Amino acid sequence: MAFSFFGGIHPKENKWYAEKHPVYPFPEPDILVIPMSQHIGAPCAPLVKKGDPVTMGQKIGDGQGLCVPVHAPVSGKVKAVEMRPHTSGTMMMSVVIENDHLDTLCPDIKSRTLEEAQALTPEELMQIIREAGIVGMGGATFPTHVKLSSGLGKVDTIIVNVSECEPYIVADDRLCQEYPAEVVSGLQIIMKVLGLDSAHIALEDNKPAAAKALKQAMEGKDGIVLDILPSKYPQGAEKQLIYAVTGRQVPSGGLPAAVGCAVFNAGTCKAIHDAVYDGMPLIRRIVTVSGDIVMEPKNLLVAIGTSFNELLEAVGHKENPYKVLSGGPMMGAAQYDLAVPVIKGTNAVTILGQKNKYIVENARCLRCGKCIEVCPMNLMPVLIYKAMYTGDTKDVMAVDLMDCIECGCCAYTCPAGVPLVLGFRAAKQRVRDAQTAAKK
Amino acid sequence: MAQMKYFYELTISSSPHIHSKMTTQTIMRDVLIALAPALLGSVYFFGFRALMVTLISVAACVFFEWAYCKVMKVHCKVYDLSAIVTGVLLAFVCPVTVPYWCIIIGDFFAIVVVKQLFGGLGRNIVNPALAARAFMFSWPVIMNTWVKVGFSNAAGIFSTADAVTAATPLASMHQGQLPSEGLLDLFLGNVGGCIGETSALLLLVGFIYLLVRKVVSLRIPAAFLGTVAVLSLLFPMGNDRLTWCAAQLCAGGVMLGALFMATDYVTSPVTKLGQVIFGIGCGVLTVVIRYFGGYNEGVSYAILVMNCCVVLLDRIGRPKKFGTPKKEVAKR
Repeated sequence: MAFSFFGGIHPKENKWYAEKHPVYPFPEPDILVIPMSQHIGAPCAPLVKKGDPVTMGQKIGDGQGLCVPVHAPVSGKVKAVEMRPHTSGTMMMSVVIENDHLDTLCPDIKSRTLEEAQALTPEELMQIIREAGIVGMGGATFPTHVKLSSGLGKVDTIIVNVSECEPYIVADDRLCQEYPAEVVSGLQIIMKVLGLDSAHIALEDNKPAAAKALKQAMEGKDGIVLDILPSKYPQGAEKQLIYAVTGRQVPSGGLPAAVGCAVFNAGTCKAIHDAVYDGMPLIRRIVTVSGDIVMEPKNLLVAIGTSFNELLEAVGHKENPYKVLSGGPMMGAAQYDLAVPVIKGTNAVTILGQKNKYIVENARCLRCGKCIEVCPMNLMPVLIYKAMYTGDTKDVMAVDLMDCIECGCCAYTCPAGVPLVLGFRAAKQRVRDAQTAAKK
Repeated sequence: MAQMKYFYELTISSSPHIHSKMTTQTIMRDVLIALAPALLGSVYFFGFRALMVTLISVAACVFFEWAYCKVMKVHCKVYDLSAIVTGVLLAFVCPVTVPYWCIIIGDFFAIVVVKQLFGGLGRNIVNPALAARAFMFSWPVIMNTWVKVGFSNAAGIFSTADAVTAATPLASMHQGQLPSEGLLDLFLGNVGGCIGETSALLLLVGFIYLLVRKVVSLRIPAAFLGTVAVLSLLFPMGNDRLTWCAAQLCAGGVMLGALFMATDYVTSPVTKLGQVIFGIGCGVLTVVIRYFGGYNEGVSYAILVMNCCVVLLDRIGRPKKFGTPKKEVAKR
């Protein structure tokens, strides 16, 4: 086992802000906004219309293809079905629900006993996982049932990702400390679906409490191995994690299944457990609300659809925020409108103060090569950036632009302050546009 | 509660939203700190004129950088301190007797011709200080006058007439003979030579600071010095191998060159393998020029030649990207 990858950086972890705060349920707000697209793939079509009553856990949107349904997190009335701001920065068709605070449970939701649950076949389990709207909860939000069905027969190694390498975020850390049994139980369901009797749980060495809790929960359950990895960013990136645990490199442009691996976030495991045993769809998730200007950092069990505004109010902040991020400071998306809701992939809301301001006008590359040293994909960010300015689509492809995982190591390190990741995102978009244009 | 609206001036930008503390300015500042011991040493060995030459060189570099930006109406970045580094390095590779007018011409060449005309910081092909030094050899007598070391017979600040001239250790080594000075003097810097190059010890002290601060890596200096050491061990020109090797490493500009000139970010390769080959190339060329060249010091020309190969070396040293299939690796 390699237990590490090349490159990577050690940003200030800043996990102490929220690390010691237990998860507590955040009271559901009066108004919730449920976007129809909370996953990679086709957005759902709304199944309800304005004025409809909804119950907690009721399916309110579904679609075909690479798609999972979305559910009402509370009971109440549909106030509107309209375009609302989304954490991705665009407007998205959303169902707005007015909460009646009664939490009337949807009649379809039935819990299963252990025997009932164990009698389920892999196909039934996959159907349950799809119907519960489960997606990868680490942030990528890839529909979990697709990962399972496409991995059938190919996957020989299951890895549970608890390597939360982004600064500030401790949602998965707290989850494993407080719900270790559910995480392990969810993992066993995944193992059953994929027909494997072994799995890895990989976490970084800066989470000893979570490791201890998981170890206790794993007792008597054969086949599950706990791998402690060194703390380094981006240890939790899928390809780097697979390399660290198995020594296999996911081929360029390929999926983890190509090297027989499937990676699941700890939150996804818990959601699978809840769906199978409690019949509960994915309507709540743990969100770390933290940041350097936050007064009381918190880990909250938040209903999907709660606006960022509510969360900001819950933690308080010392000065006017400079940036509010959905996610962590390395890969999170800066928000312009705090009315955006928490979605299935929102693992954190990070509030940064003015002292994080970092703008370099006319940034000039020094050719120091530090971006190459830190790139976990072993690319040459300096050459990609040059190719972007001096070359065309072919030139940027030749320097492997499309292999960039946008982890931000290069831009974090760059002493000259060159906005590398910004440029790469724009260039990737141009390449994709060119490819679509070529197909037509 | 839900009706409450917040109006913050939120900033939108691409991730990452945090940044390491290292900036161009802190790098240049660290380089200046690393050069400080050698500068102090040069005052001890050559008198206050050494300091004066350095200060004038720095002032001229900063002026030319500022003036160029003003005249050409481009964004002025004097505060990144890179011009100061160039000024100090150019002074370091000149003899202490260099007339002030001459070093100012050198500064002009370094900043305006070598650096700014190629596009400014990060775009120049060759090291500005070394290119300016090569240019200043248009006055070979000025650039080849060496004074005897020691504070008492130092050159005056205004006049260099009193200075006692002497040969440098390299002159005898060029003939294949060990210098008359002992190895310890060579290591400490108590020998004739350019302002900043004589003391291997003080340069190493500064370099260790840069290593600790993670400003530079060991690859280029280790490859450079290692190659010089191996070649001088293999071909001792009839002298005691170890003594000859130590003398080659401590004499002349090889320490200054390997530790501070070849490691210049802008003009060295960015890839790890490229850096190692670059260092080896510098070492080989240095030894070849020292052994067979007409002039007895080869470091600056070796680095200038290798500077021109950087694009090629980066192509050779391109790392294998993550997830390259084994077959493709063989093809590349």
